[in-house]
Amino acid sequence: MRDRVWIFIGLAVFVAAFTAPFWHVHAKTSARQPDLVLPANQKECVAPASTMRDAHMQMLLNWREDVVRRGDRRYVAFDGKVYEKSLTHTCLGCHSKAAFCDRCHEYSGVSGPYCWNCHSDPQATVTRSRP
Amino acid sequence: MFMMEKALKGSRRYWIWLSCVTCFIAVGLCFYLRQLDQGLGITGLSRDVSWGLYIAQFTFFVGVAASAVMLVLPYYLHDDMHFARITILGEFLAIAAVVMCILFIFVDLGQPARVLNIIRYPSPRSLMFWDMISLGGYLLLNVIIAFATLRAEREETRPPQWMKALALISIPWAISIHTVTAFLYSGLAGRSFWLTAILAPRFLASAFSSGPALLILLCLALRRLARYDAGEEAIRKLAVIMTYAMAINVFFVLVEVFTVFYAAIPEHAVHFEYLYLLGGAHTLAPWMWISALCAIAALAILLTPAWRSRWLPLGCVLVFGSLWLEKGLGLIVGGFEPSPLGEVTPYVPTLPEWSIVAGIWAVGVFLITMFFKITVSVRKEAEG
Amino acid sequence: MKITRKEFLRLTGLSLLAGGAMQVVRAIGQGGTAARAAASQPVRLGMVIDLSKCREKDGCNECIHACNTTHNIPQIANRAHEVKWIWTEPFGTVFPSAQTGYAEQSYTKVQVPLMCNHCAEPPCTRVCPTRATWKRDDGIVMMDWHRCIGCRYCIAACPYGSRSFNWQDPRPAIASINPDFPTRTKGIVEKCNFCEERLARGMKPACVEACPQGVFTFGNLADPESEPRDLLRSRFALQREPELGTGPSVYYLM
Repeated sequence: MRDRVWIFIGLAVFVAAFTAPFWHVHAKTSARQPDLVLPANQKECVAPASTMRDAHMQMLLNWREDVVRRGDRRYVAFDGKVYEKSLTHTCLGCHSKAAFCDRCHEYSGVSGPYCWNCHSDPQATVTRSRP
Repeated sequence: MFMMEKALKGSRRYWIWLSCVTCFIAVGLCFYLRQLDQGLGITGLSRDVSWGLYIAQFTFFVGVAASAVMLVLPYYLHDDMHFARITILGEFLAIAAVVMCILFIFVDLGQPARVLNIIRYPSPRSLMFWDMISLGGYLLLNVIIAFATLRAEREETRPPQWMKALALISIPWAISIHTVTAFLYSGLAGRSFWLTAILAPRFLASAFSSGPALLILLCLALRRLARYDAGEEAIRKLAVIMTYAMAINVFFVLVEVFTVFYAAIPEHAVHFEYLYLLGGAHTLAPWMWISALCAIAALAILLTPAWRSRWLPLGCVLVFGSLWLEKGLGLIVGGFEPSPLGEVTPYVPTLPEWSIVAGIWAVGVFLITMFFKITVSVRKEAEG
Repeated sequence: MKITRKEFLRLTGLSLLAGGAMQVVRAIGQGGTAARAAASQPVRLGMVIDLSKCREKDGCNECIHACNTTHNIPQIANRAHEVKWIWTEPFGTVFPSAQTGYAEQSYTKVQVPLMCNHCAEPPCTRVCPTRATWKRDDGIVMMDWHRCIGCRYCIAACPYGSRSFNWQDPRPAIASINPDFPTRTKGIVEKCNFCEERLARGMKPACVEACPQGVFTFGNLADPESEPRDLLRSRFALQREPELGTGPSVYYLM
């Protein structure tokens, strides 16, 4: 029973250490939403915003399987519009990688999806290739 | 179940040894992290020689793993009681060797994070799929057999009934792991060096000499360092197995050399010329000759009655060294040199490559040390 | 219902086994459907390369240049780490068995353009442990760079040296990135894809379009009326190492 104090101190240290990341984040960053730049020329995406927010990664995986493995490049959207299944042409045709994808990924702590190891941002490459 | 507590109690010497081995593992790991960051370009591999030391060492250690069958066979199938004390050592050696094989394949991958794609998209047409199944199964079999045997010994009971069945299954399974590994290479139409039906038999012959050679050396070390005797008769019989397997291996190589050079089809001969003609870009040729000389010296020692028991350790070292060079380096690189377009790109493993290989060796040594420690402790207790 | 530990373990083991078996069965089944689809619509894309036209313009590298820029092929100085989709080699290297040894033939000095042969029986797809490379129904030997684990078994299997591995990150070695096509990343294998992405947009392969001499004729080899078949009917053609049974879809006119 004499150890009770030590046990509780130990527990407190453990809880503090375990939850440290949460405190750290709260102290450092505000809960402000990321400042996303939406496309100026388009109002509609290939799916409703809520679907895109939740499942764009799954959709990209499906598109990639369809295009690479089945040669199927036509995407018929929920409203009947037809799009090309292409990250570079369709997604980045409207969205800006730096001001949309990256900002939200950074905000939500998604450490850089490896898409960009191979796929390039048309805007970035245009400026890069014209020095 | 794994009796790990036995590996946690040891002398000062034991801990110093394990610390040294751990240092090697750490160095290997550091270099591996660099490889992960910069890509496989930090190895000596190239467009033309796309497999090298890693895959060659993998091949060699599949052989060491398979060689446990040379103990399991006489002990479980022929009830040769001389092998009672040594068989489990062979099984533990096999476990360590398979773990090393898996690591060698892993460090050779360009995208190791995607390794599970082999299971997510199984491709039964690829020999690599079957290699994964045979190696995984063999590892599981040996882990179960070795630890169940040891447990029965500790509890002074008879090993369970299903044990013998598993041991018997492990016999053809051991043959299969090395056969499938040979098929990895010998099934490729474009690589005439490997495109020979004798590759699998040759692999088995070299396995059944290099594995026992290593095991004999380990048993001699155990006798000196841990005062554990694996049995004089067992070692003698194992030496006979090693000797004749080595002789058969040399015979197979010569058969191959005859076929290639008498038929004299350039496409087949160029690879042997690359390996054995000294000079030029043939960086491996001196090592291949050292390997050949070691083989001759080993056979001379092991076949001469006056020498074979006195010089047994040297004979084992020569056998192991000879085959390590021949199979653990030359056999893979020789298949790529010259390339299908007739080019010879010199292949010299780099420092990072050697360090990673040394790190994987250290993992093997670490496992062997622990397994043998557990075995010796359990047996010494049982013997009182 | 109470189950004993033994029964639980047994059930777990059995269900794991069943799950694994299903994967394998599905894998075999998929192979079968692909073969059936190919049988119903005979398309086999192939290329005929006219060496007599090619040697008229010695030293021309338009096809290689077009491919390199279209596909973001890195230009790596170290020859050991080169990435090549289309390149040239001397005739004697490409067709070692087509030389007589004495005659100073008109064609022996020619540099021959090489690329993936898009074999009818590709050894590379057979050995791939993840089906990251496979033969499409139209005969293109395709690669899925997302799936490749970089084991390089396909490089060992290819008798033509057509496959390249990314020994390093290729991006720094690309002068100007074409955003319409992905670059590759370190640790994966790549090769000529017959410009699959251009064919999908109704265009011809980049090398075919770029050649000023009209050396390349691309089309459906399974169609007797196609352009390449027309050429193969009238001229003597070679394939690279057909004796290996790979059935190359790239033909060379002497």
